[in-house]
Amino acid sequence: MANKIPRVPVREQDPAIRATNFEEVCYGYNLEEAQLEASRCLDCKHPRCVDACPVGLQIPRFIAALHEGNVKEAAAIIARDSSLPSICGRVCPQESQCEGSCILGIKGEPVAIGKIERFIGDWKLEHSDEVAAEVAPRNGRRVAVVGSGPSGLACASDLAKWGYEVTVFEALHKLGGVLVYGIPEFRLPKERIVAREISEVEKLGVKFEKDVIVGRTVTIDSLLDEEGFDAVFIGSGAGLPRFMGIEGENLNGVVSANEFLTRANLMHAYDAEYDTPIYVGKRVVVVGGGNVAMDAVRTAKRLGAESTIVYRRSEKELPARVEEVHHAKEEGIAFKMLTNPVAVLGNEQGWVTGIRCVEMELGEPDESGRRSPVVKEGSEFELDCDVVIMALGTSPNPLIASTTEGLETSRRGCITATEEGATSRAGVFAGGDAVTGAATVILAMGAGRKAAKAIDQYLKQKE
Amino acid sequence: MFTILEKRLLAENIYLMKVEAPRVAHAALPGQFVIVRADAVGERIPLTIADFDAAEGSVTIVIQTLGVSTRKICALEAGEQLADFAGPLGRPSEFVHEPVEELRRRRYIFIGGGVGTAPVYPQVKWLKEHGVEVDVIIGAKNKDMLIYTAEMERVASHLYITTDDGSCGSKGLVTAKLEELIAAGNHYDECVAIGPMIMMKFVALTTKKYNLKTTVSLNALMVDGTGMCGACRVTVAGKTRFTCVEGPEFDAHEVDFDEAMRRQGMYRTEEQRATAIRKEREEGHKCRIGLDK
Repeated sequence: MANKIPRVPVREQDPAIRATNFEEVCYGYNLEEAQLEASRCLDCKHPRCVDACPVGLQIPRFIAALHEGNVKEAAAIIARDSSLPSICGRVCPQESQCEGSCILGIKGEPVAIGKIERFIGDWKLEHSDEVAAEVAPRNGRRVAVVGSGPSGLACASDLAKWGYEVTVFEALHKLGGVLVYGIPEFRLPKERIVAREISEVEKLGVKFEKDVIVGRTVTIDSLLDEEGFDAVFIGSGAGLPRFMGIEGENLNGVVSANEFLTRANLMHAYDAEYDTPIYVGKRVVVVGGGNVAMDAVRTAKRLGAESTIVYRRSEKELPARVEEVHHAKEEGIAFKMLTNPVAVLGNEQGWVTGIRCVEMELGEPDESGRRSPVVKEGSEFELDCDVVIMALGTSPNPLIASTTEGLETSRRGCITATEEGATSRAGVFAGGDAVTGAATVILAMGAGRKAAKAIDQYLKQKE
Repeated sequence: MFTILEKRLLAENIYLMKVEAPRVAHAALPGQFVIVRADAVGERIPLTIADFDAAEGSVTIVIQTLGVSTRKICALEAGEQLADFAGPLGRPSEFVHEPVEELRRRRYIFIGGGVGTAPVYPQVKWLKEHGVEVDVIIGAKNKDMLIYTAEMERVASHLYITTDDGSCGSKGLVTAKLEELIAAGNHYDECVAIGPMIMMKFVALTTKKYNLKTTVSLNALMVDGTGMCGACRVTVAGKTRFTCVEGPEFDAHEVDFDEAMRRQGMYRTEEQRATAIRKEREEGHKCRIGLDK
């Protein structure tokens, strides 16, 4: 019988202190806490959490193993479905997936599945020699994976486990895609977690080649025809940052969240030892309400700026993870909801001095089901700031689609792929943000795993 | 890691580096650039390709020391390695996709200013190899700052040199030379100009008068260079474009040069600060407020 205790709280860095550093916000559970939290699980007969997980993690099973004190077994259960538990435990939107469907959540608080997964993942990184994954003998087939982000890593590890020889091509100088350029250190430590979880993938026999831009350095066709790969998976991620198309958007001081975060995360611009500059000024306004907006605004805060979120809908509609919004508030981020910028204001030298906004009110629900914001008449006002960060999502990168004959794309420019990841070209599969547009780490991982299955089937049929 | 095969000083603060990068060399076409990072803490900086040799697997870049990163790259010697050398990036020059017969009917004038002369070379070389006649104007501050004259001599139909002080070729700006050539009855169908933003702006203003189609290669700021960050956005024909994936070459008559020049300076103060800190670290702290007196 499950333990009827309240959800075990997780230790976190003090908000006032963490708002000035880049150390991880959440300390996570220790073994004792994780086991106590595991004791809350009802071990449902038809676990809704598993259905709600994009990679179908066997949640009650690994929780039970942990509860019994068998962390190694718990790690092995997770490893069958996910190579990146330390990452997913930290960045998945659990409240809308596993934890969101936990029976305990109906009357009280759901089991802290994310925090438990994180504990097991971190334990596994410390004991990686003890829980080596099973790898089938090499089958002589070669698969190229484009991009070392979540979808590419998930696809590559499954294929490697099944005996495929996999090479991952990464455009940047560091592996991990959005996990290194996008998500900040204080939410997902790069060396301690991302690099080590990737090295676990490497241990499966996956090869990585950096500084290769598929669509420029090589093409999908050259990989298939000249380099002898039998299939390709495209997990190239999201693309060009979106801007609003308002006046003053090219003033100095207006940057995309991608640029701001890439400078801070990938290039370590906040560290004086590194050469890449970053500009924050005294006051920063971040436009948008997703996870990327939260990451940008909290990074700006840590770099010393008074930081504000401007979002056109109300707090209820914020697409960001609940935990990120909560953390941002604790850290002293100002939230200006139901506010939409109409122009960026600048001085004679072309630098940002402020932003002109209008107040909004919520009208009828739109196709996404969210109530669409409508401008309040005569509500214009100005906010002073030195930097405006646009966190409005991205539109697909054209590099691969434009250099691959016969690869179909949607009207919006995303690569067209079936649920299983098959594209319009035989032997070419795709998944993650390159197909769906900006989404989450776990959805991308799910797509990568599905595509791995489809690639396996495709190559077996070809034999 | 990418090995530097050869390094040469071309002029004061301007270095040529031939780098072993077989994948880049194999795929490169005129007009493209690479992203270079000197070491593990280095910045990613875009540099236009000055030459490439697929057979040798080498790519040549020409760099002028301007800030921390360019100085760092130029401090490396032949045999040493660059941390990253990614490319080729950007779209190749438009002419590489056009029918050669068409190109041969055309008369091109290329203008290279300062260090921008280097990326003009692979374009002229490509055209020469495809039997297209090309005239070239090279401009520099003085005789000592001229680069790529011998190489250009070999591939250009006519080479004209201008220097600000008249120490070599004719005295004056590249735009004056261009107007002189047109006045002397030379007919050009297309102009390509690569050099400092201010030079490209004035070339564009000049050729506009003659309705001469002009292409420029913009050296915008970039971080990733692959279409992710948007740092390189420029306004072309009233629209925001991304230099890294839609450029670097654009119709000169449509580019908002004033905005482009302003945006180039966005991180100047930050960079100066970094340079000052680094210098201090290297040379020891010198008190600027007199506390050491």
